[in-house]
Amino acid sequence: MALIKLQAVRKIYEVGTETVRALDGVDLEIQRGGYVAIMGASGSGKSTLMNVVGCLDRPTTGSYVLNGTAVEELSDDELAAVRNREIGFVFQTFNLLARTKALANVELPLTYAGVSRKERRERAADALERVGLADRMNHQTNELSGGQRQRVAVARALVNNPSILLADEPTGNLDSATSNEIMALFDKLHLTGNTVLLVTHEPDIAEHSHRQIVLHDGKLVEDRKTPR
Amino acid sequence: MIVTENFRIALRALWANKMRSMLTTLGIIIGVAAVIGVVSIVQGLQVLLTRQFEGLGANFMIVQPRQQFSGPGMVQKPVRLTWDDGLAIRDAVAGIDMITPQMFGSSQAKYRDRAHGTFVIGVNQDWPEVHDFSVEIGRFFNKVDLDRRQKVAVVGLDVVDELRLGNPIGKEMTLGTLPVTIVGVMEKKGQSLGQNLDDLVFVPFETALGIFGRRAAEQVQLRLRTTSTNNVDQVREEIRQLLRRRHQIVGDDPDDFQIIVQDEILEQTTQLLGTVTFVVAGIVGIALLVGGIGIMNIMLVSVTERTREIGIRKSVGARRQDILLQFLIEAVTLSLLGGAIGLALGYGIGRLATNLIPGDLPPAVVPLWAIALAFGFSTAVGVFFGIYPASKAARLDPIDALRYE
Repeated sequence: MALIKLQAVRKIYEVGTETVRALDGVDLEIQRGGYVAIMGASGSGKSTLMNVVGCLDRPTTGSYVLNGTAVEELSDDELAAVRNREIGFVFQTFNLLARTKALANVELPLTYAGVSRKERRERAADALERVGLADRMNHQTNELSGGQRQRVAVARALVNNPSILLADEPTGNLDSATSNEIMALFDKLHLTGNTVLLVTHEPDIAEHSHRQIVLHDGKLVEDRKTPR
Repeated sequence: MIVTENFRIALRALWANKMRSMLTTLGIIIGVAAVIGVVSIVQGLQVLLTRQFEGLGANFMIVQPRQQFSGPGMVQKPVRLTWDDGLAIRDAVAGIDMITPQMFGSSQAKYRDRAHGTFVIGVNQDWPEVHDFSVEIGRFFNKVDLDRRQKVAVVGLDVVDELRLGNPIGKEMTLGTLPVTIVGVMEKKGQSLGQNLDDLVFVPFETALGIFGRRAAEQVQLRLRTTSTNNVDQVREEIRQLLRRRHQIVGDDPDDFQIIVQDEILEQTTQLLGTVTFVVAGIVGIALLVGGIGIMNIMLVSVTERTREIGIRKSVGARRQDILLQFLIEAVTLSLLGGAIGLALGYGIGRLATNLIPGDLPPAVVPLWAIALAFGFSTAVGVFFGIYPASKAARLDPIDALRYE
């Protein structure tokens, strides 16, 4: 069974008198262990797709089943619980809590999962080790470089063992050397069994994935294997 | 998510904006400090007054003249209360153990080259027993002294010191122009209600007339003790009827005197202090309201400033109630902090005030209920004024919040 299954998903916004079809009938299946890049120009609907897949938003119509759960009809709080359990977000702008230690940032999802303080600490430390930041655990986020911050964000995404790592332009704010490091990290995480979903408009970043999906005007226009 | 976790988050957030948090909670600090300060002073006063009047005993009674305030154009009847009234009461009313007149005024006491402004109090031989205030050295004047209009005096310890009398017994000093011989020294009593009980000169009632003049005899106080605590009401009523007859007050005309018993004094002071407390409570209520609005205001600012943080928290799985609780606890922490600081400050004010007010006020008393009240109110203010900003934060859409710049 597919980990992610979208059927005829539409997302329609009313902007003033205009109707915007951000997603216009998207069908998509992603298997567990997949490494998928979602591509498209800005305005193509890829961010909206990511929000829907990441359970931050509900489709206007259509169905979305994530890991066996029909998500489209869940309440806000149920969605929050799904995000907590199933999704690990990595954002372009890192989205870490400022003036807070790396360790505390990584602990955050566990806090909302109701994990005890001691276990939180251990698991967060472990996640930071996996992204190669064992020596930066007690640094405040504003004392870290961009690459290090993104690693903290990846550790936070990983810490709750989610079904999917969802990365929205994860290298958008990084220089190319650091971008390569971060992408190498995603490659490694994929190899160790994680399902990775990248949203990007950069072809060379998409090259890391095994499957590329291209959106245009809210429609899925291309779905291909990454040539090797 | 657990409350302690939120409490930690709240403390960290408040600490990050120390100055702002401090200023925000100032309204609560002032409100709580005011209530605790006043309550501690009032409670201290009450303890003191109760102790003093209870010391006098339930069978103690004061009769004093009372001027009726008449309407405009009405002829004011002169108010009189004389020792003759007192004697009439002693002879006609059953159940009186002892009774003394009391006349009070200031005078200049002189001994050799020393002069000292003091208070002279003209009474009879029963006064020490009526007041439970006795002679330390020598003796009080007796009935013979009074009958013979002896020019004798009993002095307080401070008078002895001020005039450098040494062993004062038998020494002659002057009160105004009147020479008197000192026969006794009163025991040490200290301050009472702003009155120094050790700075008094006691003289026989008739002798005091010589100092204050005959007119003073028209408005004396009578102080008495009944034979039992059970007949106080009856004695009081008989005195009242007798004085109304003697003063020719008829029909519904009001008394031109006032009879005060211990219970009433206690009741009156309690009532007065209660009123003070209520007035202060009202003012404090306004202070807390203003403080609460300040907290709401700053919490709204905080929610806006931390929109992105809220988005982050929601994206990693915070539910509405988690965010609601976080900001609510932050508001409550802020106002509780104010409550705690206010409590300490109020206690300080209470202590300072009792030290500054002359007289031997007891140490400031902060009753447990006042502390509970202060914290209860702080919490209530925090919850009441924190709920709106917190629910605003909880309702934020995670996508909008994450996108917020």
